[in-house]
Amino acid sequence: MRFVDEYRGGEDASKLLDAIRSSVTRPWVIMELCGGQTHTLIKAGIDRMLPDEITLVHGPGCPVCVTPMRLLDQAIAIARRPEVIFTSFGDMLRVPGSAADLLEVKSEGGDVRIVYSPLDAVKIAEANPDKQVVFFAVGFETTAPANAMAVWRAERAGVENFSVLCSHVLVPPAMEAILGAPDHRVQGFLAAGHVCTVMGYWEYEPIAERHRIPVIVTGFEPLDLIQGTYMAVAALEEGRHEVENQYSRSVTRDGNIAAQKLMTEVFEITDRDWRGIGVIPDSGYALRERFVAFDAGLRFDVADIEAHDSGECIAGKIMQGIERPSACPAFGTRCTPERPLGAPMVSAEGACAAYYQYGRS
Amino acid sequence: MSDETRPGLAAGLACPIPISDYPTVQMSHGGGGRLSQMLIDDMFVAAFDNPVLAQLHDGAILDLAAGRLAFSTDSFVVHPLFFPGGDIGSLAVHGTVNDVAMCGARPIAISAGFIIEEGLPMEDLWRIVQSMRDAADQAGVPVVTGDTKVVDRGKGDGIYINTTGIGVIDDGIEISPRRARPGDLVLLSGAIAAHGIAIMSVREGLEFETTLETDSAALHELTAAMLERAGRNVHVLRDPTRGGVASTLNEIAAQAGVGIRIDEAPIPIDEEVRGACEILGFDPLYVANEGKCIAIVARESADEVLQAMRDQPLGARAAIVGEVVEEHPGKVFLRSRIGGLRVVDMLSGEQLPRIC
Repeated sequence: MRFVDEYRGGEDASKLLDAIRSSVTRPWVIMELCGGQTHTLIKAGIDRMLPDEITLVHGPGCPVCVTPMRLLDQAIAIARRPEVIFTSFGDMLRVPGSAADLLEVKSEGGDVRIVYSPLDAVKIAEANPDKQVVFFAVGFETTAPANAMAVWRAERAGVENFSVLCSHVLVPPAMEAILGAPDHRVQGFLAAGHVCTVMGYWEYEPIAERHRIPVIVTGFEPLDLIQGTYMAVAALEEGRHEVENQYSRSVTRDGNIAAQKLMTEVFEITDRDWRGIGVIPDSGYALRERFVAFDAGLRFDVADIEAHDSGECIAGKIMQGIERPSACPAFGTRCTPERPLGAPMVSAEGACAAYYQYGRS
Repeated sequence: MSDETRPGLAAGLACPIPISDYPTVQMSHGGGGRLSQMLIDDMFVAAFDNPVLAQLHDGAILDLAAGRLAFSTDSFVVHPLFFPGGDIGSLAVHGTVNDVAMCGARPIAISAGFIIEEGLPMEDLWRIVQSMRDAADQAGVPVVTGDTKVVDRGKGDGIYINTTGIGVIDDGIEISPRRARPGDLVLLSGAIAAHGIAIMSVREGLEFETTLETDSAALHELTAAMLERAGRNVHVLRDPTRGGVASTLNEIAAQAGVGIRIDEAPIPIDEEVRGACEILGFDPLYVANEGKCIAIVARESADEVLQAMRDQPLGARAAIVGEVVEEHPGKVFLRSRIGGLRVVDMLSGEQLPRIC
C-alpha cells in the first residue's frame, strides 16, 4: 500500500538500526510523546531491536488516558439521561470512570454511539431535534480542529440541541511539566507528528533551547520511529539541542494555519487537569464565551461532579516517563484490559495496553 | 415438484406470499395455523425444495453409511441483514457448512431455524430465503428441516437464523486442534479481514473508494481437496471468524499446548481492506472472516497442501504464514515486517475505532 509500505521495509529498518548502533556511545533516555508512537514501537518490536544504551520512555500523549476521571463521571451522568444521545470516539467507551464506563451505560439502555467525526454528531443532532446530542470532545491539538469545526458549524446552522463535553489538552505545557519534574530523566523527545501537522513545530523551539534538549518531530510508522530515534541519538551524541523534522512529508514549521485559526476562534487556553498528573496551567482548551451555549458541562449541570483516581494506579508516573508499565505491581494481575484500574490499560494508545497486548512484562 | 407448481419460483424473483395480502410478517405467521402453513409451504419448502424436506415430517430422516459424523450449530444475528457481497441468509449457510468442513467432514445436510421479528418486510424475508437457497444449492448441501417462530415487534433484530449441519468424516481423516505439534506449518487460504470490514463499513456508513465485500463462502470443497492430498497429515482446520486469525491461532496454541509463530509479511490482505483498517486503527489479524481457512499441516505435506489449496478458486492466494514451535506454549508470536517480534494476544473485547 502506497505511503505505508515504504515506511515498513525490513531492509531500510536494519540499515537505520545499524546506524544507531554505530553512533551511540553512552546511555540515552528518549521519550516518544504520542501513544500512537508507543504502540508502533512495541507492536513492531522496535524497543527490542534498539541497542541497550537507548531507553525509550513513554509520554503523556494518549488523549484517552489523560482525560480526568471527573470528566468521565460527568460524561457518564450525561449519557444516562433519557433525552441524551451521547456520541464519542470509540476508544473512550471502555475507559473506567469511578463506578462505570460508557459501554456499561449503553448496556443499561443509554443511547451511546460511536462516531468517526464530531461532524457526524452534529448530523445526528439535526436528525433528532427532540433529543440532546452531546459529543465527548477530548484529545490533543490533533482532534481539536475537527471538534472546533463541529461547534462552529452547529452555531452557524443553529443546531441548538448539540453540545460538547470538552477537555482538550495541549502538548507544549505537558513537555514543560515533564521537564520541570525533579525526578525526570528525559534527554530527548520524539514529538508527535500529527499534533505538529496541525500546530507546526515553532512552539517547541523555545523548549528545546531553554531545557537544552533535542526535539525530533516524528511520524508513526516503524521506519519513522527508527529514523526519529536515530536523529535524536545523533543530536544527543553531538551535543545539539534543536527541533528537527523527521516527518517532513506531513509537517511544516508553521503547521495548518486554517485549522489553527478556527481553533483560536472557538477555543481559549485554560488550565487543565491531566488524569494521574494533576492540573497543568494553560495546558488545554475551553470553549470561548461566544460558544459557551454549546458547553455540555453547563447545559446538564454536571460541573459539580468530582471524582478521584484509585490510589493504586501509577498511570501518572508512566505518562511522565518515570515508571514503565511493567514496573507497576498491579500490571497484568489486578489491572488487565478486562478489569482496568486506569485508562492506559484500555486505550488504543495507552502504554499499559501496548505492554499487555504485545507481551512486554 | 415442477416449476409450475412452485409458487414464486416460476415467476423468477417474485415473492410467493402475495405482498398485497401480507407486506410484512405477522405474529400469525408463527402461530401454527393457516398463515404459518402458508409461509412454510409457499416460501420455505418451495425455496429449499428437496425430497427429504418434502416429507414434511417433524424431522429429517437421512440415510448414512456407518462411520463418524460431524455435527455443528451456529446462530446468525448480523446487522445489517444485507451487506455487500452477501446477507444473513448466505452467511447462515456458509457459516455452518464451514464449521462442519473444519471438522474434516463432508457436509451432507443443514437445518434452518428462523426467529423473525413481527413486521419484517415479506420481500426481505423472501430475499434472505432465496439467498440461502442459492448458497445451499451452490454448496450442494440441502436444507432438510427447519423451524419458524415470530416474535413481537421490538423483540428481535429483523431476523435471526440458526443453522445446524451434519457431515461425514471419511476414514483416515483426523482433525483436532490438539493435533498441532511443533514443526507443523501454518497455512492460510487467502486474504484476511474482508468480512468484518465490509460489515463495519455499511453498519457505520463509512465510504471508501471501492465497495468492500464480504468474503463469505463455503469452504468444504477447498478442505476436501486439502484432505484428499494429505489425509492425516492435515492436523488442524479452523475458519477464523469472529476474533479473526489472531484469536483462532491463540485458541489452537492453548488447546494443543504449543507455541505458534507467524510472519506478518506473507499474510495476504487486500489493499482496500488494509487501508480501511489503517484508517480505523484496527489490526486486521483480529477482524472477522467468513470464507477463510487456517490449516496446520505436517511440514512434509505443507507444499502439496498449499498447491491443492491454490488449485481451488477459494484458495488461489493461499500462503504458508507460520509454524508451530515448542517454545512459549499457549502463546502466538508474530515477526513484524521490520523483523521485530511481538505477542499476538487474544482481544479482551471488540476492537473500537480509535480517536486519532
